[in-house]
Amino acid sequence: MAEKDQVKLLGIWASPFSRRVEMALKHKGIPYEYVEEILENKSPLLLALNPIHKKVPVLVHNGKTILESHVILEYIDETWPHNPILPQDPYERSKARFFAKLVDEQIMNVGFFSMAKADEKGREVLAEQARELIMYLEKELVGKDYFGGKTVGFLDFVAGSLIPFCLERGWEGIGLEVITEEKFPEFKKWVKNLEKVEIVKDCVPPREKHVEHMNYMAERVRSS
Amino acid sequence: MAKKEESVKLLGFWISPFSRRVEMALKLKGVPYEYLEEDLPKKSTLLLELNPVHKKVPVLVHNDKLLSESHVILEYIDQTWNNNPILPHDPYEKAMVRFWAKFVDEQILPVGFMPLVKAEKGIDVAIEEIREMLMFLEKEVTGKDFFGGKTIGFLDMVAGSMIPFCLARAWECMGIDMTPEDTFPELNRWIKNLNEVEIVRECIPPKEKHIERMKKIIERAKSTF
Repeated sequence: MAEKDQVKLLGIWASPFSRRVEMALKHKGIPYEYVEEILENKSPLLLALNPIHKKVPVLVHNGKTILESHVILEYIDETWPHNPILPQDPYERSKARFFAKLVDEQIMNVGFFSMAKADEKGREVLAEQARELIMYLEKELVGKDYFGGKTVGFLDFVAGSLIPFCLERGWEGIGLEVITEEKFPEFKKWVKNLEKVEIVKDCVPPREKHVEHMNYMAERVRSS
Repeated sequence: MAKKEESVKLLGFWISPFSRRVEMALKLKGVPYEYLEEDLPKKSTLLLELNPVHKKVPVLVHNDKLLSESHVILEYIDQTWNNNPILPHDPYEKAMVRFWAKFVDEQILPVGFMPLVKAEKGIDVAIEEIREMLMFLEKEVTGKDFFGGKTIGFLDMVAGSMIPFCLARAWECMGIDMTPEDTFPELNRWIKNLNEVEIVRECIPPKEKHIERMKKIIERAKSTF
């Protein structure tokens, strides 16, 4: 760890993608400068650092720019190897990556993008599809405190930032209960465990403000 | 590095760039494997058993471990068989490779085929969008033989399987010259270099057969909403 290590993170308070990067940085005790971006008014810095996607998160480490939350998480893990967030074993690592993609691609699409454009009946169908996908995660959690085992790791940050602390807030806003205690006891246990982890608590958007924000984001999808 | 009872199987589809790139990686590392051809769109019971989540190829079976998703598989291969590494050692270089690989599959692919077929905003607009994306890759490969430097690597396999040996065949079917030499000298040079690498040549769909199939794929795509 170089003396003059400079780490800057461009993020948005409500973005699960930038929140998960904050979790990883805090987990490893890496000091960083946080720059809050505004979705509707992106800074010239963001546009310069990420001209391709114009999105957060953006990590700047000693002048090097890294984009895409999964790529950033892997970079952080490789650059600061203490408190590892990915498993050592190649197969366990592959499973973590596989499920992280499932969360951000399939679960995100069904649980947010499609949901935003659906009517009430459509939402019920999508909720069922989301449950089927989340059931894979439920099975992964059996016998574990976290996806990472005894401590939080990559998949806890990805799934945690997206599902309980983002999508569920959106579902709450539209009065939809997707994940029930009865069908998802392991998942519920995992969320309770997560809520006790300080670095996770520090990196979760404040609830009421977030529920409101999720309604706003769904509106944006509908009007695009 | 193979142990006595090591078993590697790959379920793939000859026309899928996702399974072709896995073959490139296995061949580069000299990993012996059994190839099982899936006759898509009909899915075998084996595929449905091995990849119940996505029901897609490629699926790699290494001893009793099942892996799916081509990028996940490529990373697994690189970590399990250490010879001829396909990812750079440096974390930042590695991050760049991963970023561009995602860019190929998540940004270029969605604009590289269907929007051309549908041409909702007009074919010229669709072509321009693709060229803008390809220009990023043009810059990345400038001054290099391959994205991986002197030898092929992860990004060569991802971008190679997807662009010159898959999308470009669709573009050819549609009579589009997507990457003219004067606008994309570096990409064209990279493609020439790729064509000279034996393991790449072995892992690309045979051109005529591919174009024939592409014509049918395009017809089918035109008739969907």
